[in-house]
Amino acid sequence: MEKLLEVNLLKKEYTLGSLIARIKLTAVDNISFYIKPAEIFTLAGESGCGKTTSAKIILGFEEQTSGAVIHKGKPKTRKERAWITEGVQAIFQDPFTTFNPLRTVDRYFFETVQNFKLARTNPEAIALIDRKLKLVGLSYEEFAGKYPNEYSGGQLQRISIARALLTDPTLLIADEPVSMVDASLRMSIVNLFKKLRDEFGVSVLYITHDLATAYYVSDRIAIMFRGNIVEMGPVEQVLMAPRHPYTKLLRESIPEIDPKKRWHDTVSLTELEHDEYLRNGCKFAGRCPVVMEMCKSVVPRDLVVDDVLVKCHKYDESYNS
Amino acid sequence: MNNFILRTEKLKAFYILDMQGTQKIVKAVNEVELEIEENEIYGIAGESGCGKTTLLKALFNSFDPPLHLVGGKIFYGMGDRYVDGTSLNQEDKRKLRMEYISYVPQGSMSVLNPVLKLKDTYQDFIASHVDGKTRSEAFEIAKAHISELGLPANILGAYPHQLSGGMRQRVTIALATLLKPRIMICDEPTTALDVVVQRGVIQLLKDIQRNLKNTIIIVTHDMGVHANIADRVGIMYAGKIVEEATTELIFNSPLHPYTQFLINSLPKFGDKSTRGSVPGSPPSLADLPDGCPFHPRCPRVMDVCKTQMPGFVHPNDRHRVACWLVGEG
Amino acid sequence: MKVFRDLFKDYRFCFSFGVLVIILILAFLSLFSPYDPTLWNVVPRDLKPSAKYLLGTDSNGQDIFWQATYAVRNSLIISFIAALVSRGIAILVGMVSGYKGGSTDRVLMFISDSLLVIPLFLIMVMLAMLVRQYMNLVILGLLLSIFGWAWDARVIRSVILSLREREFTQTAILSGTGTVRLVMNEYMPYATPLIFSTLINNMSWAIGLEITLAILGLVNLSIPTLGTMLNWAITYQAILLGHWWWVYTPVVLSVFLFVALYWLSVSISEYLDPRTRIQRVGA
Repeated sequence: MEKLLEVNLLKKEYTLGSLIARIKLTAVDNISFYIKPAEIFTLAGESGCGKTTSAKIILGFEEQTSGAVIHKGKPKTRKERAWITEGVQAIFQDPFTTFNPLRTVDRYFFETVQNFKLARTNPEAIALIDRKLKLVGLSYEEFAGKYPNEYSGGQLQRISIARALLTDPTLLIADEPVSMVDASLRMSIVNLFKKLRDEFGVSVLYITHDLATAYYVSDRIAIMFRGNIVEMGPVEQVLMAPRHPYTKLLRESIPEIDPKKRWHDTVSLTELEHDEYLRNGCKFAGRCPVVMEMCKSVVPRDLVVDDVLVKCHKYDESYNS
Repeated sequence: MNNFILRTEKLKAFYILDMQGTQKIVKAVNEVELEIEENEIYGIAGESGCGKTTLLKALFNSFDPPLHLVGGKIFYGMGDRYVDGTSLNQEDKRKLRMEYISYVPQGSMSVLNPVLKLKDTYQDFIASHVDGKTRSEAFEIAKAHISELGLPANILGAYPHQLSGGMRQRVTIALATLLKPRIMICDEPTTALDVVVQRGVIQLLKDIQRNLKNTIIIVTHDMGVHANIADRVGIMYAGKIVEEATTELIFNSPLHPYTQFLINSLPKFGDKSTRGSVPGSPPSLADLPDGCPFHPRCPRVMDVCKTQMPGFVHPNDRHRVACWLVGEG
Repeated sequence: MKVFRDLFKDYRFCFSFGVLVIILILAFLSLFSPYDPTLWNVVPRDLKPSAKYLLGTDSNGQDIFWQATYAVRNSLIISFIAALVSRGIAILVGMVSGYKGGSTDRVLMFISDSLLVIPLFLIMVMLAMLVRQYMNLVILGLLLSIFGWAWDARVIRSVILSLREREFTQTAILSGTGTVRLVMNEYMPYATPLIFSTLINNMSWAIGLEITLAILGLVNLSIPTLGTMLNWAITYQAILLGHWWWVYTPVVLSVFLFVALYWLSVSISEYLDPRTRIQRVGA
């Protein structure tokens, strides 16, 4: 199968305000992308760009305003839980809120096993759980009967992944899995994704704002800005030779682990995020270092340059006479 | 030697918890010796749970139960004399804070009062520390300060929730520098911020330091931030400083195995080869191993490491490390 | 058992536990009463407390001590029925309303709000007068319960509303848990301290309301309860006549009962509060 997950012109609008002054905020603005089997696809962008909303829609926790989500060729209709038996699982940002602090963590594992009928007897269940825990570097003996606050953040996040693996998913949606983990421990989690892809053929939709780990682990990447995908393609291309001005800004703002490569020029920041959502034309026009007059009124088209999709007027040859 | 502005001698600060009969002692700061100079940015790096936040509280002279100062001293350099922090009374401590040292806590964006406009927060702050200013004079001071730092003056009329996270963080940092403190302590100022915003915050801190020529102590687990802003970096592990050097030395020739792990575990652009994290987990501060606290996870552990805590050696004038593997330079 | 040891460290729990044990013993003793409480003149009237009649006798010719045991028993039964039934309704309404949301929520909350806004006392008085002939312990208990659930339903609903947004709800859904199991397993631990403390508060409230109704004469006065004892005492001018043993007995018992119930609810709900529990868990 060519595409494991396909998202077509997905749109999500929120209406804010009261009866008198309503504004429509388009959190996800007609985005389209697809994920192949056994591939790690990153949806990257800063907070407020719409990546988490997209993830919630794909998982069925929210409804889209328009557009389609197609998994294994079948469109997802309404909030379906059968989605999960089809091979989709998810892990979330904060491992300490992923589990109920008043219940032991193993309860979730046993519930998953029972609900999806993954084992017939208790010893079988324990063996299955132990297998999955070993995949993430833990064992059942040190796991049984413990509450979430007895683990460190990194351990708990790995346990969260183990739980997601119980149903042998083909697609794992990871929503900012490393943001709350120390920078030095992120490798242990992100290496797991690589292992899942290489040894088990699992695809991962990796949602993050940490471009360094995104570069390290993904095959393809899409950069989102205020609801639009502004650049998408193989990660080597997009992050090492960025084309869209926003991608360039992001790439340059990542602190390098080398004291010689310190920043020299300053960056201007936006004060009220709101405004950028409501722009006509290109949403980045307010901060773009190479902005042109038409950017402020005309929305750029999706152009393909050398395998990479870019949403920027600068690359639109039809404008250059 | 340079003048130091803050010095600790065998500082020990433990949390003593009394839970239903048994006592649990968390050795968060376990004999820390620091000498922080004037006019420098000093970074403290380490994993969560290594005691960094407690160390900051101790440096800020804020020992609220269950945190107790168990031993050691803290010296603050004020003018031409050194004041022993542990001997100050309540009133002096209050004046110390905010006028001499200011503290920007973790998640500081939530420190702003959500029902007050920013200008009210600033005016209240000025009123409680500087006598004899009217509300409008205070407002002028606040406005001038904000503009000096490159932030737009009109944000003073806004409520905190109207601003973005990055702007709130910068506003809080600006508040902390209002009284031109000699030392500024920042706890994870860039965590939870987006990468571009992070850059803006780091810029702001650098500008402040350049203008005031004061000292900034910045704590974060993100080595990239240290690489960009710090003059010297101290690596903290299980309540102790295990290595300290100029930023160049730390990144180019880290000597302690833990430091080496920290630096190698960070992904670099252009390099997709497999990297590993530090193996294992940090020890619980309530139950520390004997000898060097890192020995259970150290790939080059020796017998002496298991029983004796290494002292500091100085392979270089600006580099000290506590590890049995390293000899004197 | 560890739970009890922890609870006993709280002086309030100790006091209330002690008092309640004594009161329960009293209630239990009613089974051994040598006198039938509904009859009159089984003993000489208006005698002061003595070795034979521990708390004296009243103007109806009843031994006050044994009357009191019945009174305590009946008051407890009424309040227990009232509290349990109203808890049941509150939990059901609160959970369904909180989890489902939408129009179900609006309808249920409308009913609940109406019950809160209606002047409770007047309705109670009216209903009590209508039902007086059929009044017995159970009916009275049910009557009280109809008015006791509205407030707590709303409180439980708000707990559920906030829990629904938490991430572990999503994890449970991803683990394949159905709605009912989810609400029971995930949310109950948060709702339990609330339910427990409101149960006890509700009991206090029910006893208080019963006493009020009884003093006004709106219940079946032949059934001995703390309220009816007071009613008879007032009717027979016990205070003016100096028969203090008759008035003080129900009053003192009621006061101790109220304080004990209050302290019990406070200490237990503090113990069960998720915030303190999280600190204790895994320690």
